[in-house]
Amino acid sequence: MSAAAALAWHGVRGACLALPVLAAAVLAGAMIGETSIAPDLVLSVLVNKLAGAGLPVDPVDQGIIWSYRLPRALVAGACGAALAVTGVVLQALLRNALADPYILGISAGASTGAVAVTIAGLGGGALSLSFGAFNGALLAFGFVAILARAAGAGSSRAAAAQIVLAGIAGSQLFNALTAFIIAKSANADQARGIMFWLMGNLSGVRWPDVWLAVPLALAGWMICRFHARALDAFTFGTDSAAALGIPVRRVQVVLIFATALMTAVMVSIVGSIGFVGLVIPHAARFLVGPGHRRLMPAAALTGAVFLIGADIVSRVIIPGQVLPIGVVTALIGAPAFAIILVRGQRTAR
Amino acid sequence: MRIEARSLSFSVRGKALLSDVSLAVQPGETLALVGPNGSGKSTLMRLLAGLARPSQGEVLLAEQPLARLSRREIAQRIAIVEQQADTAERITARSVVELGRTPWLSALRPWSGEDTRQVDKALKTVEMEGFAKREWATLSGGERQRLHIARALAQQPGLLLLDEPTNHLDIHHQLSILHCIRNLQVTAVVALHDLNQALTCDRVAVLSGGRLVASGTPQQALTPETVSDVFGITARQVRDAEGSAPHLSFHLA
Repeated sequence: MSAAAALAWHGVRGACLALPVLAAAVLAGAMIGETSIAPDLVLSVLVNKLAGAGLPVDPVDQGIIWSYRLPRALVAGACGAALAVTGVVLQALLRNALADPYILGISAGASTGAVAVTIAGLGGGALSLSFGAFNGALLAFGFVAILARAAGAGSSRAAAAQIVLAGIAGSQLFNALTAFIIAKSANADQARGIMFWLMGNLSGVRWPDVWLAVPLALAGWMICRFHARALDAFTFGTDSAAALGIPVRRVQVVLIFATALMTAVMVSIVGSIGFVGLVIPHAARFLVGPGHRRLMPAAALTGAVFLIGADIVSRVIIPGQVLPIGVVTALIGAPAFAIILVRGQRTAR
Repeated sequence: MRIEARSLSFSVRGKALLSDVSLAVQPGETLALVGPNGSGKSTLMRLLAGLARPSQGEVLLAEQPLARLSRREIAQRIAIVEQQADTAERITARSVVELGRTPWLSALRPWSGEDTRQVDKALKTVEMEGFAKREWATLSGGERQRLHIARALAQQPGLLLLDEPTNHLDIHHQLSILHCIRNLQVTAVVALHDLNQALTCDRVAVLSGGRLVASGTPQQALTPETVSDVFGITARQVRDAEGSAPHLSFHLA
């Protein structure tokens, strides 16, 4: 088999394994909710909308499925995959098991941007919360990147530690700004609303968000997957990666910017959902091992399915009320992670 | 593959770690680099590997300036084993050696049978075939060191740079690794603390305080006078029997 054919075969085989699982998760996301909808009804809606078949479906059900639940499940999947892959990349690049998508100040900046627009009234009502969050995230990330560079992260051997420290400084600064704006001008309702948003909220998701989140997650995943071997080479540190022929600086810049952009967009759509980007990479590592060629698809798939599941739980666990999805990811994720840790410990001995 | 250092200097924040070091290693030769702690051995290694840029001077690899090669081109020619490279990943012994194939792989040149053969061969050379499936965390210091050497061999380099490769090794593996390096068809630069092991290499360079103080054949470079002077001890040449190779014995001055 030629090299290109082998490569294509791997891609096809991977897609054949992943797509049915993803499709099942999205289907579940569309079926389960305050009113349960049968799977054949969901499929009828899909056929109606995609092929214009005109099958008889109750317009209310059709509206719930097509306008609310499907976009919600698709964005949850894209977001879960993006956060998990970002976690994998940052943990490898920074050689830090505690690295997560928000370590570079992105969620702190997003919340500052969000409160600047919604509470401090920046833009006089013309700007959306998402717009504020996205720009806040980029601002904070830019601040962290410049600080890291000024601290010598570009050249020194301790680059990873410098980047993490710069991220902590940036996060603290922007969290303080957020707290300042809330304390100065928010009333109790606004404070509660913003807290909900900070814990992650998928209820406002519509189709335009899907067209942004899904292609971006896909493109980001492909960039990261392309660098899988380079990430493997970081196993023994940046010097070792350089000695194996990796252009360390270029790989770091490309991957950090790609993942930062991905995270900033996801956060601006759904808020800063915690835990996924930290824990899913570890869970995926326990499943398929540390090699990034298998870890990258495994983390993306696990992250997508996990977040779609967490969204379903957040909608049905308390009747008549939607929990912030961040609460669910942490409540499910923390014990699940504990089990994985304990099991992994046992098999290692 | 010939490598030459031309008046290399390297300083960090105004402190000179290496000053005006010039030396050349001919194809197939094994050069031992000796000197006290902090004499600049590791710094010189990093400069030769292109992991750091010299403040002054240049490195020539097969008559080509190293600075003009890409990272990938360098990695296809030079492999380096640094001290204390460790990881927390749950990686297997075999995957560590497989990393050595990185400079030869790309999107259009995926893993092939040839890569598997090179990895097998490298594992065999360091006598670690039986450990291939073991996890890194379960291996001893010496086993890890041998895997790093196997990883470097899997790179199929023309020049092998080894920074204290016999650290952590028992005497059997010290001797077998050195024997293996000397018998490889590659040029090698080896930083060593054991001066009697340095005596068995083709040539020896002695560093002290970032300067090259002696170089040449082992007998020329490692005279009892030079050794006594550089290490602050008293060294004596002894022979086990008439006509056998001399070795050094040491006492505190």
